[in-house]
Amino acid sequence: MGPKLHDRDFRGLAPWVLVLLITALSLFLRADYVWLVNLPSNWLIPVADWINLGMDWFVATFKWLFRAFNWVLNWPLVWTQSFLQWLPWPATVAAFCTVAYVASGWRLSLFTALSLGYMVVTGHWAPSMNTLAVVFISIPLAIAIGFVLAISAYRSKRVNSIVQPILDLMQTVPTFAYLIPILLLFGFGPVVGVVASAIYACPPMVRNMILGLQKVPSDVIESGLISGATSHQLFWWVQVPSALKNIMIGINQTTMAALSMVIIAAIIGSSADIGWEVLSTMRKAQFGQSLLAGIVIALIAMVLDRISWGFSDRTRAIERNHLPGLQRYRPWFVALGLMVIFTLLAMAVPFLRIYPEAWVVFPADPINQGLTYITANYAHVTDAFKNTTYFYFLLPLRIGLGKAISPFSWGFVLTSSMIWGYALVGAALSAWLFVKHGWKISIAAIILLIFLYFGITAMPWIGFILITSLLAWQIGGWKTASLSVLGWSFMLFSGVWPQAMLSVYMCLAAVIVCLLFGGALGIWASQNRVVSNFLRPINDTLQTMPLFVILIPFLMFFQIGEFTAFLAIIAYAIVPTIRYTEHGLRHVPEEIVEAAQSMGCTNRQILWEVKMPLAVPEIMLGLNQTVMFALAMLVISALVGTKGLGQSVYIALGKADPGLGLVAGFGMALIAIIADRIIQGWSLKRKEKLGISG
Amino acid sequence: MKTDNPVKLSCRNVWKVYGENPDQFFQNGSGQVDDLEKVGQQIADSGHIGAACNVSFDVHEGEIFIIMGLSGSGKSTMVRCISRLVEPTAGEVLMDGEDLLKISDKELIEFRRHKMGMVFQNFGLLPHLTVLENIAFPLKIQGISEEKRLARAREVIDLVDLTGREDSFPRQLSGGQQQRVGIARSLAVEPEIWFLDEPFSALDPLIRRQMQDEFMRLQKMLHKTIVFITHDFLEALRLADRIAIMKDGKVVQIGTPAELVLSPADDYVMEFTQDVPRVRVITAGEIVINGGSTDGLPRVNASSNLEQIMPMFANHPEGMAVERDGEIIGLVTPQAVVNALASESNSNGA
Repeated sequence: MGPKLHDRDFRGLAPWVLVLLITALSLFLRADYVWLVNLPSNWLIPVADWINLGMDWFVATFKWLFRAFNWVLNWPLVWTQSFLQWLPWPATVAAFCTVAYVASGWRLSLFTALSLGYMVVTGHWAPSMNTLAVVFISIPLAIAIGFVLAISAYRSKRVNSIVQPILDLMQTVPTFAYLIPILLLFGFGPVVGVVASAIYACPPMVRNMILGLQKVPSDVIESGLISGATSHQLFWWVQVPSALKNIMIGINQTTMAALSMVIIAAIIGSSADIGWEVLSTMRKAQFGQSLLAGIVIALIAMVLDRISWGFSDRTRAIERNHLPGLQRYRPWFVALGLMVIFTLLAMAVPFLRIYPEAWVVFPADPINQGLTYITANYAHVTDAFKNTTYFYFLLPLRIGLGKAISPFSWGFVLTSSMIWGYALVGAALSAWLFVKHGWKISIAAIILLIFLYFGITAMPWIGFILITSLLAWQIGGWKTASLSVLGWSFMLFSGVWPQAMLSVYMCLAAVIVCLLFGGALGIWASQNRVVSNFLRPINDTLQTMPLFVILIPFLMFFQIGEFTAFLAIIAYAIVPTIRYTEHGLRHVPEEIVEAAQSMGCTNRQILWEVKMPLAVPEIMLGLNQTVMFALAMLVISALVGTKGLGQSVYIALGKADPGLGLVAGFGMALIAIIADRIIQGWSLKRKEKLGISG
Repeated sequence: MKTDNPVKLSCRNVWKVYGENPDQFFQNGSGQVDDLEKVGQQIADSGHIGAACNVSFDVHEGEIFIIMGLSGSGKSTMVRCISRLVEPTAGEVLMDGEDLLKISDKELIEFRRHKMGMVFQNFGLLPHLTVLENIAFPLKIQGISEEKRLARAREVIDLVDLTGREDSFPRQLSGGQQQRVGIARSLAVEPEIWFLDEPFSALDPLIRRQMQDEFMRLQKMLHKTIVFITHDFLEALRLADRIAIMKDGKVVQIGTPAELVLSPADDYVMEFTQDVPRVRVITAGEIVINGGSTDGLPRVNASSNLEQIMPMFANHPEGMAVERDGEIIGLVTPQAVVNALASESNSNGA
């Protein structure tokens, strides 16, 4: 039983009623006043054109500088590439295996050998080495930039307040969007990949390093000070070593981001690397070839991840550094010896120098044939799956039940009595919720019903902006609310509103599925060790995977189109929901669970009555990550045909139109930031209320 | 008495005020103010926080001076003001007559390198260095060669009974052992003044007791001038030559353990002292009767407490000779003990 009506807290209800009235009014009037849904073009502000003008000037003025930079950076890149191409493959394998061994032991060393072996045997060696060369140049660059930024931000509050929002933008603006200006400034060539990935990859370095430095206990710093350390000594001998764990985590994440971006940069087709291999075969619908090359990327990602992760394990590093004398260098001597031996041998034995074409195992054709067989014989299954999802879930969300229900899709005509029925049932439901659970749930239900009937893309902008901004205001105060109003207005007046709504719809659709399935998996994993152990490596792998590798398997079965993108987004974005749900449920304070057990709660009661309410803020943080991941994948999936901001960015890239690219990219970032502030704000507020920290 | 030794460290009207503009309350960094209460009120009214207010005390050579207070009393702020880990707002900190607050950053670094040692509540050990390297770290900072500093570290490691654990890493040690490393590190430079900031608070009660004994053993050998911070009144009683009790940034009372217990300055101090058994606090030296014949009487040390000497009256009802530093300073009699305890219970019962 809910509390009596007159006892309840109705604060905050009035603005919602007002907003709903305005929304309803604009819905009634939208047929007569088209500008309520789509702003006429003469109302728009030509932001994109201005950016292009500015960019033209900037490029004309500073092109020489960037081209010079390109020229300088090109040398180490060319050297690294030619060196890796020149080095006989067994020597390279030996070197990598040694690094893997030092990082984490013989298991990783074996895995590395097998991975590189795959590249050799399937004939992907040369493009893989080209990719690695770019990665090897951009990682140190990203780490160096990150290191300097982190130190400055740590030392000065003012620098920090400038750096933080820039990091936010760098991580949320889609990578394609800033490929365009980089392309214009640096010109075509592999250096673009280096620069783009260095920019994209440095935020995690900066963040983790700042975090690490801030986490150094004050006792440790004071012990350095009282020993009379100068600020230089204090920084290098006390703070940096104490923060090493976080710095290494930063390097690990930076490495993965750099690889991801190098792969993505293949889209400008500047070098014969493995990303280009995947992309070009994908475009030609040669999925077998694409899959085989995609596996290379996946293997590179896993190897780099495990190696850099291995180095971040401090215990190993410390023990390694305390081996007596030359013993600690022994693996390196062995590696060097092997490399020399293989290089010499390769002069005499040609197959050691270059793996012969004739020995290449490249089972692309059987894969393609198998795929053709499956798609030919099981088309009815995949089609049924696709159409059901599309007609009963995606379409209503996009254009609303009002339009989605048709004889073609749902098998019947939507009559006006049905519409009235929907309205009446909806009203009754809201009224019941109002009495039973209070006005907040009731209002939420009304908004949901409105969106479901009219569709996200057909919502009048005024209603959409007011609803999200009011929510933002109640959760994060006027700052969040004004971010929301300004952000949406930017998209509205710069002319990308329709695309933005398409992106919101796609993202929302994927997030709903992620929440349902990811939440269920997370709950299951929290109750069952076996499930947890089974899911963990899959999650790890999905997260380290460069984004467009994930597209390949879905592309194979569902071809180009929105549905493939939808599935790929889910596959990538579901991971945080699973993880945070499991983590949240597993880390409910032990004594609370014990208290519940001692009261005689069943496991089911403990889960739903005790653990769930306490885990909800954590699950919301997972949801927040899911939204961010979904938006990131949304851009990449423009490759296989989604509409919306991602597509705009992609088109802009094709036309080398920085204005459109940046406006659409910035729009994407704004959606991400607004969603982040609202969801995270809610989660933190809730945590505070429950008295759970961190 | 240790208080007869020359003054090593002296705090004069030290203030630490947090807030927007803490300097406004003082002229030229002088901590002397005309009307203490008025300034205190001004500080509070303007939204500033006085973490240390007009703190003055002297620490004598070889003395264990304990600053005791509950959390938020300003005791940790005070020890940091002396070592300038926290920059005081006003006042003077004189060490051997030199004002530490006036020396340059460079001089301060030199000062810390050679004259100060400090032990921290959470040990403050460097996780990436071994025990030996941690102890040698202050010497590394001074630029002493690896060979020399490790040799010195080995000496100190023996001192704190950690021989055999040289190559362990901090995370492999128990809390008590980690703090031994912290102690060894602070002693590696042979400091003239030794700060200990709640060194044993993070340890289990039994280990704490052991470490206190260990600390007293070290001090008997080393005779350092010590500023020791604790929130544990019993710990203060056990270890201190003199105790300063702090509350809300102010010093409430300074005195020997017996002085505090026998004549607490106010109700706040009394709350700490009322449950303390007097017989453990009052020492023979404090109730000694000068003059009178002590020939043939057994000797007791001036620092022995009543609990230790009372059983001896069973065989020596005439009393015992009290000695300090090998010299007889007077006589302790059963009557004197009874007087001391009686005056105590009177004042308590009032």
